[in-house]
Amino acid sequence: MSRITDCFAALKHQNRTALVTFITAGDPQPSMTAPLMQTLVEQGADILELGVPFSDPMADGPVIQRASERALAQNTSLRDVLDIVREFRSQNLTTPVVLMGYLNPIEIMGYQHFAAAAQEAGVDGVLTVDLPPEEGHEFIPVMQQHELDPIYLLAPTSTPERIQRITGSARGFVYYVSLKGVTGAAHLDVQSVADKLTQIRTMTALPVGVGFGVKDAATAKAMAQIADAVVVGSAIVSQIERLVDEPSKMHEAIGELVRAMRTAMDQGA
Amino acid sequence: MNVNQLPDESGHFGPYGGVFVAETLMEPIEELRLAYEKYRQDPTFLAEWQADLHHYVGRPSPIYYAERLSDSLGGAQIYLKREDLNHTGAHKVNNTIGQALLAKRMGKTRIIAETGAGQHGVASATVAARLGLQCVVYMGEVDIARQEANVYRMRLLGAEVRSVTSGSKTLKDALNEAMRDWVTNVDDTFYIIGTVAGPHPYPAMVRDFQTVIGRESREQMQDMTGRLPDALVACVGGGSNAIGLFHPFLADTDVAIYGVEAAGSGLDSGMHAAPLCAGKPGVLHGNRTYLMEDTDGQIIETHSISAGLDYPGVGPEHAWLKDLKRANYVAVTDDEALNAFHQLTRIEGIIPALESSHAIAYAMQLAERMDRQQTILVNLSGRGDKDMHTVAAQEGLQL
Repeated sequence: MSRITDCFAALKHQNRTALVTFITAGDPQPSMTAPLMQTLVEQGADILELGVPFSDPMADGPVIQRASERALAQNTSLRDVLDIVREFRSQNLTTPVVLMGYLNPIEIMGYQHFAAAAQEAGVDGVLTVDLPPEEGHEFIPVMQQHELDPIYLLAPTSTPERIQRITGSARGFVYYVSLKGVTGAAHLDVQSVADKLTQIRTMTALPVGVGFGVKDAATAKAMAQIADAVVVGSAIVSQIERLVDEPSKMHEAIGELVRAMRTAMDQGA
Repeated sequence: MNVNQLPDESGHFGPYGGVFVAETLMEPIEELRLAYEKYRQDPTFLAEWQADLHHYVGRPSPIYYAERLSDSLGGAQIYLKREDLNHTGAHKVNNTIGQALLAKRMGKTRIIAETGAGQHGVASATVAARLGLQCVVYMGEVDIARQEANVYRMRLLGAEVRSVTSGSKTLKDALNEAMRDWVTNVDDTFYIIGTVAGPHPYPAMVRDFQTVIGRESREQMQDMTGRLPDALVACVGGGSNAIGLFHPFLADTDVAIYGVEAAGSGLDSGMHAAPLCAGKPGVLHGNRTYLMEDTDGQIIETHSISAGLDYPGVGPEHAWLKDLKRANYVAVTDDEALNAFHQLTRIEGIIPALESSHAIAYAMQLAERMDRQQTILVNLSGRGDKDMHTVAAQEGLQL
């Protein structure tokens, strides 16, 4: 059993929805990321998504693009990201960590080398945004061999055939992108998300998370009622960006946001 | 293996190409693939495209024998495929007409495009005006500053030019931004990619629209010289004009093929845009190909005097032709390209685009190593009017 599977099983037992938080590793400084991860967990995050900075984040909106640029300005490499996970794991052995990023940094490191290093560092899952299952026949077996769960996105435009194919390759959970667009976009339509989740659940027993557009406690609460996990990214990263020159206030601001979402989600349950 | 039959069904040229995009783009790409599969064999569609190429673009473009240039070098005879004489001044329009007609067939009312030098943006804005489609062009802030005239042309044509300020603020970032627009507006929007890169089916589709260059050239060279040329030369940024010329000759193994990348300040300087000559395979913009990247897999900034060659990737079919050794990829520096620009202008009265000047520069080197009886066909992919400011600035002049 992976940490991710354990986490969802425990939450189900408590009748709660997972809160998945995203920050970009190395934003604004590599040394600040592991402490921020601790804060996120203390304030109610169940699963941590850690963005691997990339020079060309095609699927991300402006907030996460800028986070990537700040991290790259500090030369945060994939190896640094794994060091951050290792540092986090020295204090926390239970909270799942999912890396989210693009294929090229992994490719240049080498699939085997990356997967072994990620497992050793304590990574639980990897969401490679630009690697659909059709192109993953080399990488996916290597991930599984190293007990890394391949996490995939599903989109409003994904056909039943694609949902079938993707959930067939996925482990841990699947991540439903709640709207057409990039990360951090606006306008969440709860009913259409609920309809799509119903369809997805007929095809997989995996937990289904919802993200892209969860901005505040109210949207988190609405999504918590229909999803197994709520993913929050740009809203948190915006706080990091706002306080980039006052890092001492960052933990408090992010903690407050996450706590408010957690409370709203648990009330809705 | 027959290189003429690539890509395979899943869009691969050997290990290159493919579809490396987020799930949010998979369905729009599949919709495009199916539409292209259908219309590429549709006689009405093809007839409409060909009529536009003839009456609107002015095809076939002539081949010109550059006799004085050839004599000055004393080696092989140089012929120029005059894509610079096309409407809008470059080969780009062959592709934008094809894709815009496809957009109309698919019921899309809005087209988007990325542009570097502005030639593809102008070609997209042009066909959008002609077909009554809304047009948004993404262009890096840096490129907007160095290609003012083309920005104004696009605006005159009714396009909205959106400045891209992320990343290196050049062509690659414009492509990222256009992809983000597409994924957000898939219902009504068609993304016209300007080169033979991107996720399948773009590399194959753009190639198919550009091979009109090579098909015409085969006939014209045989009419003019009684045989096929001994060598083909074309500049390679993303590689659309090059593949357009090369592809119909791939099976003619006696015809040597040279793709010319931008060596900028020199391949050793690191300040260049030559992924095939000095890069490594990786994944960017939806396909696996040779890239300019650092040891962490981050895409690095490119340098070339020519904005149209300033791109860190290259079409996947070129990557495969390199590995197969069917084509040779070489590079010429900014200085060599500028010298060729002046030579062609003064000796033949033809002002080439700085992109095409790279091909001219290499052809001049190659000609000197070949016999007088041999022939070289160079793709003169665009005209140089857009580069007046850049060339003048090299001489310390401000226009």
